[in-house]
Amino acid sequence: MSKLQIANVSRRSFLAGLGAGGLVLAVGFPHAALSEEKKYGADGMPGGTVDNPQIFVALAEDGTVSIVCHRSEMGQGVLTSLPMVVADEMEADWQRVKVLQAPGDEIRFGNQNTDGSRSMRHFFQPMRRCGASARAMLEQAAAAQWGVPVGEVRAVNHEVIHRTSGRRLGFGELARRAADLPVPSQEMARLKTPSEFRYVGKGETGLVNGHDLTTGRGRYGIDVRLPGMLYAVVARPPVYGGKMVSFDAAETLRVPGVIRVVPIDSAPIPSGFLPLGGVAVIARNTWAAIKGREALKIVWEDGPNAVYSSDTYKTVLEQGVRRPGKVIRVQGDVDRALAAATTLIEAEYYAPHLAQAPMEPPVATARIVNGKAEVWACTQAPQGARDLVAKLLGLPVSDVTLNVTLLGGGFGRKSKADFVAEAAVLSKAMDGAPVKVTWTRTDDLRHGYYHTVSVERLEGGLDRAGRPMAWRHRSASPSIASIFGPDPKYQAPFEQGLGLINLPFAVPNLRLEIVEAPAHTRIGWLRSVTNIPHAFAIQSFVAEMAAAAKRDHKDFLLDLIGPPRRIDPASMNDGFNYGESPQQYPLDTGRLRAVVERVTREAGWGRKLPMGRGLGLAAHYSFTTYVAVVVEVVVDKDGTVTIPRVDMAVDCGPVVNPERVRSQMEGAALFGCGIALMSGITFRNGQVEQNNFDSYLVPRMEAAPRDIRVYLQPADDYSQPLGGVGEPGVPPMAPALTNAIFAATGKRMRTLPVDAGLLKTD
Amino acid sequence: MITLTVNGQRHRYDGDPDMPLLWFLRDELGLTGTKFGCGEALCGACTVHLDGSAIRSCQMPVSAADGSTVITIEGLSAEGDHPVQQLWRSLNVPQCGYCQSGQIMQAVALLAENPNPSDAEIDAMMSGNICRCGTYPRIRAAIKEVAAKGITR
Repeated sequence: MSKLQIANVSRRSFLAGLGAGGLVLAVGFPHAALSEEKKYGADGMPGGTVDNPQIFVALAEDGTVSIVCHRSEMGQGVLTSLPMVVADEMEADWQRVKVLQAPGDEIRFGNQNTDGSRSMRHFFQPMRRCGASARAMLEQAAAAQWGVPVGEVRAVNHEVIHRTSGRRLGFGELARRAADLPVPSQEMARLKTPSEFRYVGKGETGLVNGHDLTTGRGRYGIDVRLPGMLYAVVARPPVYGGKMVSFDAAETLRVPGVIRVVPIDSAPIPSGFLPLGGVAVIARNTWAAIKGREALKIVWEDGPNAVYSSDTYKTVLEQGVRRPGKVIRVQGDVDRALAAATTLIEAEYYAPHLAQAPMEPPVATARIVNGKAEVWACTQAPQGARDLVAKLLGLPVSDVTLNVTLLGGGFGRKSKADFVAEAAVLSKAMDGAPVKVTWTRTDDLRHGYYHTVSVERLEGGLDRAGRPMAWRHRSASPSIASIFGPDPKYQAPFEQGLGLINLPFAVPNLRLEIVEAPAHTRIGWLRSVTNIPHAFAIQSFVAEMAAAAKRDHKDFLLDLIGPPRRIDPASMNDGFNYGESPQQYPLDTGRLRAVVERVTREAGWGRKLPMGRGLGLAAHYSFTTYVAVVVEVVVDKDGTVTIPRVDMAVDCGPVVNPERVRSQMEGAALFGCGIALMSGITFRNGQVEQNNFDSYLVPRMEAAPRDIRVYLQPADDYSQPLGGVGEPGVPPMAPALTNAIFAATGKRMRTLPVDAGLLKTD
Repeated sequence: MITLTVNGQRHRYDGDPDMPLLWFLRDELGLTGTKFGCGEALCGACTVHLDGSAIRSCQMPVSAADGSTVITIEGLSAEGDHPVQQLWRSLNVPQCGYCQSGQIMQAVALLAENPNPSDAEIDAMMSGNICRCGTYPRIRAAIKEVAAKGITR
């Protein structure tokens, strides 16, 4: 990770960046024939996929294999797992592999937008091909050197062996000859069979940067240091859409270490990823900048969003869902079925805005030298950040280098490049001097891109036998699309596709509606996005219906899911399908059933527990992965909720790094606990009311489940499509937890975060 | 003039005495292993050892460290081989890793004070350190394993 500048496009600079003696294997598969058909997966993303080892692999004569990771590392382990795939197919010894982080360059590396739980889903097969072609070239090089048929040689653990004579050549010894070889055909570059995998599916390599991360040597965005670097913090408009009217910096400029004060333009609504504007304080160190900012006197104009207050907006949403909305999916006649039902159940669920609050706040550094910009940022979207910097500086994109650092968490916040743009704009204002912009925690919480706020109203009808005959769901939440254009005031198709429209239940009469919900702040992605409110409402309501039907929740849920079948997303009006092909990725209710059955079996579903203790269940399909969760809670007399145990069954298809899949699920369990029990962003007069971790609460160790058990469904065929991992564990957590609270106390929690005061019994 | 010893090296500083030790370490000394997370001693990312005790460096003015000995994550061990660091790696504790400097420094202080902590004691001593990735179960496991091996040194 020492060399962040593997830089730009020329082969020479690539070689130089990789260090002396590196030889690039000059090969690559010809790109798949251009197709007129709709593109799916990574092919539907900017940059698509690249599987060329010339781009991703360099072999030095000392045998060191350098592998580029083009996705951002933010805790999911991609810096280990993706290069591990290349190394495995290549038969490289992991101990002799160095991993390098790619700069933002999607033409060169393929898509780099690290979100949507798709790094492994999209790049497992391309990285396999990349490694396999490198292996084929090394085998050809050895065969040529020995003058033997290539069929007689085999790469094994960093060397090539001649089977009959036992002769051996190390990878390093073959580097020069291999680099001169022509492109092998795809047939020559045979992929391994799963039984041949050395690392894939094993999870035994550890973290490639484990030493860095335990010694303080990991380099995050906030750790960038450049000669002559200046430090900035920005005072931003307290209300989205507001702007600075005037300011007085006299006191600020008296703070020792403060150098200059720079106003930044406020972009009008919708501001997309542009800076919020305000006043920047530039100083010799971070502390002076912070102190200088405290001394600023600024007059703000708040603009139209000063009316935004969370309590009144909740009422707006509630009123909205009590009227018919825009119908997005129908089957049968839900009105008639509700009228004919023996038992009617209705419920409304509220989930607040959330902040991603990664432990490393947004931070970026930029400098401009000889008309070219160089940027360092903890970004999930390196190419997007690069494009934005180029646009704001009036430079061609090729004159902007975007170095990707480690991310101290992302959770969707760092997909938005506003903070990167600030650094670029401020460097320009300081005549190109390197400027690091640090967001404090308060900046992060008060000027974020918030997870949406929502009210979900569900109505269900049971027949005399307690069978679900009718299901109506009205969903109201401001859309992320509102930051990019005129506010659509309705959830966009991709937001509907996050667990609302693709309801996989076998209910004869069903109607799904979306309800108008204008945005008053910047709405943004947060780990699993609108799956959170959708799954919370749906999976809570299933439990409520089961209780009304006096049936076991698990049995009732399985009946709702219905028989195993592969549902074409189009048949559910879901044109989104996580960007994946409906043929490759139908919604498979058999897999959803299987995780429910697995997790309930493993968790001992049905076991008797004393009063105040309960099990809750939820299952949800998201990011093409199936997750079912059983949470066990203890609710004390004072309303305190503790979690002795969480069981999670996961079907994400073939598993590349089971150890990191488990860690993602453990993390998702914690993230979900926060959503369920404590986290919430609220607005008053357009301003966020939370300032720091004393008011925006997130789980601490004392709140962590005592025991998290993750079960990965077996999937041995590595030619099958992979599912996402980073996000799918989150959505079922909150409903499983509130269902458990219901089991423990008989109290139904329909508002997040759970108000412990409602659970007090003494 | 403020004088303090950081990771065995003496430093003199005559800048703003109110500057938090955190920013002194990071911006003035370039010891970036100690992290900023909240600035109000609410998250523990900035935890270092001051004369042997775990403290939040974001709330400690550098002047308050005058004459003191500070150990940061960079100075915890020469080769990164403190037993706590080793266990952290063998259990693959870190996800994004950002909070782990603080977690490790806090855990080392906990184990120095209490070589065999109970679950409740671990929770109590570690709950000032926030991890958004959710590595708490593995942190607990790592601390318990270090304690069980009796190698807290």
